[in-house]
Amino acid sequence: MIYPAVYLDAASAEPLHPAARDVLAAGVERGYADPRRLHGPGRDARLLLDNAREVVAASLGVRRDEVLFTTSGTAAVHAGLLGLAPSTNSAVVTTAVEHQSVLDAASWAGLPVRSVEVDATGRADAGSVAAATRAGRTGLVVVQQANHEVGTVQPVDEIAAGLDGVPLLVDACASMGRLPLPAAWTAVAGSARKWGGPGGVGVLVVRRTARWRYPFPAPDPTERTDHGFTHVPGALAAAAALQAVVAERDDVGARQRELIDLVRARVVAIPDVDLVGDPVERLPHLVTFSCLYVDGEALVTELDRRGFGIASGSACAVDTREPSRVLGAMGALTHGNVRLSLTRDATREDVERLLDVLPGVVSDLRAEVAL
Amino acid sequence: MTVAATTLDCRGMPCPRPIIELARHLTDVEPGAVLGVASDDPAARHDVPAWCRLRQQEYAGEETAPDGVPVYLVRRLS
Repeated sequence: MIYPAVYLDAASAEPLHPAARDVLAAGVERGYADPRRLHGPGRDARLLLDNAREVVAASLGVRRDEVLFTTSGTAAVHAGLLGLAPSTNSAVVTTAVEHQSVLDAASWAGLPVRSVEVDATGRADAGSVAAATRAGRTGLVVVQQANHEVGTVQPVDEIAAGLDGVPLLVDACASMGRLPLPAAWTAVAGSARKWGGPGGVGVLVVRRTARWRYPFPAPDPTERTDHGFTHVPGALAAAAALQAVVAERDDVGARQRELIDLVRARVVAIPDVDLVGDPVERLPHLVTFSCLYVDGEALVTELDRRGFGIASGSACAVDTREPSRVLGAMGALTHGNVRLSLTRDATREDVERLLDVLPGVVSDLRAEVAL
Repeated sequence: MTVAATTLDCRGMPCPRPIIELARHLTDVEPGAVLGVASDDPAARHDVPAWCRLRQQEYAGEETAPDGVPVYLVRRLS
């Protein structure tokens, strides 16, 4: 199997952080047993799991008993939303650019949803969110810290200040580790593979004071437990990666910010490109743009052929006829879309190589349709 | 009600074909007149207005053809 020479899709999955590699191997070796058992291997697994929880808590600045491990970021959003939503009589207020997992969980539980529009950068206005929570019975507000497709950061602290006691679930799947947690929230969801932990591990942080109930079949739903049997080696590796990512975030973030600024500056020079998302209040490592008249699938395929692994939010590139809800809600062009996201060790050379080939690839694809 | 001088039949065309047809045929109508784009591609609902913004033309709203297919209206400004 040949992997892309330059992988620019860290927002889908960041490669395993070097700090997590040995830890994962050690976890597999020593953390296989059931951490609830009273024998030696069980105690070993329990020790590793407690350690993982402690490290995640310290990295996020929360209490150890507030950290729950799930099987993915999506599962963390599901458990957060379903565990906090009080009843089907009250609505979930959210924004038009949330991850699909939010809508799926609400619809699965039969919860009415009130969605707040966003501006052209993808930002929701805190006053509009507050107004939406007052527009009818509201059980829960769900807002992402930063958008997974365009990187725009939401004014979560401002939103939290206007909620009048309604619980707030923050979806931090795209941002956890890369940005400090917002100040006020009831629960926060995160996804380990997006910060350089292994796949199959998510984190749900629930405030001790929150009225959260375990929303899946369980003997005692008031007990705060991980989602399913905890993947102990995965949780440990996720914790090690998170700790390392937080420690290096200022340096890595500053370097990524500069490289994304370079991409933004160069991409607008290509004719008929719609550069999307907030230029400043954004994730450090991600940029999205759409190329007029270009088929997103063809663009991704052609860039892959030239050694660049890049994602697209265009309908034709993700095997569905429905265009990206995020791009649509922002009024952005939905076809010919590319989302470029940098790994922690992406170099200026990688980025410049892409920027050198991109204008030619776009104009060749346009030439094929005689435009 | 806005009346389209001409309507492009883009039924069955996947994105970005309807937008390519729009770009090719806008000059079929006089400046100030309206070109319709009949398209059942869900992306067109977002991409026709976005195209108007990028190309400095006026998006004049959406109507429905007798067969239920949306018709997106573009007023040619230049």
